[in-house]
Amino acid sequence: MSARARWTPLAFALAGVVAFAWLVAQQDLWAGVLGELFPRSPRPVYPAATMLELTRQHLVLVGISSGLTVLAGVPLGIWVTRPSGADFREVVAAAVDFGQTFPPVAVLALMVPILGFGLWPAVVALFMYGMFPVVSNTVAGLESVPPTVVDAARGMGMGRWRVLLTVELPLSARVVMAGVRTSVVINIGTATVAAAVGAGGLGDPIIGGINVQNMAYVLQGASAAALLAVVADGLLAGVERVVTPAGVAE
Amino acid sequence: MIVLRDVVKRYGDVTAVDHIDLEVAEGEVCVLIGPSGCGKTTTLRMINRLIEPTSGSIEVAGRDIMRGRPEELRRHIGYVIQSVGLFPHLTVAENIATVPRLLGWERRRIGPRVRELLGTVGLPAEEYADKYPRQLSGGQAQRVGVARALAADPPVLLMDEPFGAVDPLTRERLQAAFERIQREVRKTVVFVTHDVDEAIRLGDRIALMRDGRIEQYGAPEALLDHPASKFVHDFVGADRALKRLGRARVGDVMTSDVAVIRGGVRRVDPAACAGTRFIYLTGEQGELEGWVDCRVLDAGTAPADAGTRVDWREAAVHPDTTLKEALSRMLGMGFRDVAVVDERGVLLGEVSLAAIERTMSASDAHVSNLGAGEVLGAPPDREDEHADEYAEGPAERANEAADGEGRP
Repeated sequence: MSARARWTPLAFALAGVVAFAWLVAQQDLWAGVLGELFPRSPRPVYPAATMLELTRQHLVLVGISSGLTVLAGVPLGIWVTRPSGADFREVVAAAVDFGQTFPPVAVLALMVPILGFGLWPAVVALFMYGMFPVVSNTVAGLESVPPTVVDAARGMGMGRWRVLLTVELPLSARVVMAGVRTSVVINIGTATVAAAVGAGGLGDPIIGGINVQNMAYVLQGASAAALLAVVADGLLAGVERVVTPAGVAE
Repeated sequence: MIVLRDVVKRYGDVTAVDHIDLEVAEGEVCVLIGPSGCGKTTTLRMINRLIEPTSGSIEVAGRDIMRGRPEELRRHIGYVIQSVGLFPHLTVAENIATVPRLLGWERRRIGPRVRELLGTVGLPAEEYADKYPRQLSGGQAQRVGVARALAADPPVLLMDEPFGAVDPLTRERLQAAFERIQREVRKTVVFVTHDVDEAIRLGDRIALMRDGRIEQYGAPEALLDHPASKFVHDFVGADRALKRLGRARVGDVMTSDVAVIRGGVRRVDPAACAGTRFIYLTGEQGELEGWVDCRVLDAGTAPADAGTRVDWREAAVHPDTTLKEALSRMLGMGFRDVAVVDERGVLLGEVSLAAIERTMSASDAHVSNLGAGEVLGAPPDREDEHADEYAEGPAERANEAADGEGRP
C-alpha cells in the first residue's frame, strides 16, 4: 500500500474537522436556517450558549471520558490476555458488559449524590458505557495475532514486553483502533444525556428544548451532535488506517 | 555441541519426555522423529527453553542452558517452525534482521548480511527484500524463515517440522536447498519431523522417539538395517530398500555423457541417436528446454518440433535429489531416464533406471552380508518369535555403533 493511500482518508477527515469547526462557529447561519425551518418559533436558536461553546463543552466531556476509557480499557484488555491476568478475564468481561448494559441515565442519577452535579457524574457514566468496545476489541485484536508469530518472536529471543510492543500491538492496532472508534462515536451521542446533570454540551439545547417544548433547540443540539459523531468517526477511521501496518493492510 | 542428560518433562501426571539422553555432535543434523505425542517437539523446545525441563540438564556449546536469561540463549540459537511465523507487518528484510537487531548490530552490518542470506536461500534480494510475507508463497516464506534463523550466524539451529506444511514438490526443493545450505554453513541442527523419508534424507543421525523415550538413536542406515525393536522396524516401514534410495543422491550415479543439441535447432540428425534414447534440447545458456525421443524420429531427419518441450522444474531432477525421488519421477513420466539440471535449469546430464538399480542391488548385498536381511524379511506370523532377535541381535550392534560415534 502506498503512503498516499495510507494517509488520504486521514487528510479528508481533517478537512471534515475544519469544516465542522467552521460550521459551529457560524451562530447566525444556525439562527437563519433554524428560523426558516421553524418560522413560528420566536427564538429558533438556543439562547443560553453559543454553538461553539456548547461544542467545546461536549468535546471536553467526550475527551475526558473517552480518554479515560482508552487509558483504562486498552491496558485492561492487554492484561487479561497475559498469563498474569488470564484468570480475571471472565470477571473483566462481565464487568465491561455490565457497564454497557447498565443505562447511563441511571448511572448519572446514582452518581449525583456522590459527585454532585456537573461534569464528573457524566464522566463516570460515559466511562462505564464506553469500556465494552475498547476492552473487547483489544482482546480480540491481540487474540487475532497468530500464536505461531508470537512463538517465533519468543523463540528468536524477544522478551515478553518486546513481543507485545513490537509484534502483538502493531498487528492488533487496527482492531484495537476500531474499538476505540466505536466507543468514541457512541460516547458522542450518549454524552447528550449528560446535560441532565448540568454537564453542558450539545445535550443542553436538546433537554432545554424538551423542557420548553421548542423543537428547534432539539434539532439544533441533535444535528450538531450527529455531525460531530460523523466527523469523529471519519477522523478515527483515518487514524485506524494509519496505524494499520503496511504488511497487513489489504 | 548439544548434550541432553536425563531430561524429563512432566505436565502434572503426564510425562511428555521421560529420561532422555541425547548428544548431537557439532555440525551434525539430528532428526527427532516419532508418532504424534512422542515428545519430539517438547524435546526440541526445551533446548531453547521455550519449555523448561522438569529435571535433567541440557548443555549447548558446553554451557548449561539454565544459566542466564532465556532470551539471551535464544538469540544464539536459530529457530524455524512449521508455520514459519514471519512477522506479517515487517518486510522480508526486516524479518531477517530481527535477531541481529536484538543483538544490537550496526545498521551497516545488517544490510549486507540480509542480502547475503537471501542469496543463500535462493531468493534474489532485489526482488524479495522489500516484499511482505503475505506476498510470498509457502516455499518462499519458509526460505525466509530459514534465512531469519541463520541471520546472526548461530552455531545451533532448531527446526520444528519446517517443511511439513508445503506441497511435496516444494518440500523436495526446500530439502535440497537445506542440504546445500547445511553443507555450506555446517550448523548443529536438531530437526523434528514425522516424515520418515525426510528424516532418512536429511539426518546424519535419527532419534526415533516413542512415549517420551528414545527407541533408537543412530545413523539412518542403522535404523534401516538394524532396527532395535519391532517398533522401529514397523515405523521405518516395509519398503526399506526404497527408503535406502532416499539416502543416495542423483549426483552420485548420474552420467554427464548425454546427447545435446544446443539452441535454435531446426533438424535432428538420427545419427545422433546412436546408443541413446533421448537427445536433449537446450537454450543458449544450456538450460533444458526439451528433448527428442529417438524412438519417434522418422527415418531420415525430423523437424525440431518432433521434440517435447518441457518445463525443467517439473521434468528434471537436481544432483541433490534423492534417488527415491528420481525413481518416482521416472515412474511418473514413464521413462527409464530423467534429465539432471542445476538450480538455474542448466542441463548437467541424466540418471538412468539402470544406475538406480545398481545402487539398490549394492545396498541389498550390504544388508544380506550383515545377516539382517533374513530377519527383516520374516513373514508377519513369525514376527513375535523374531522380536527377541531385534532386541538381542542387530540391535545391540546398532546401539554400539551409535554410542561409539556419539561420544568421540
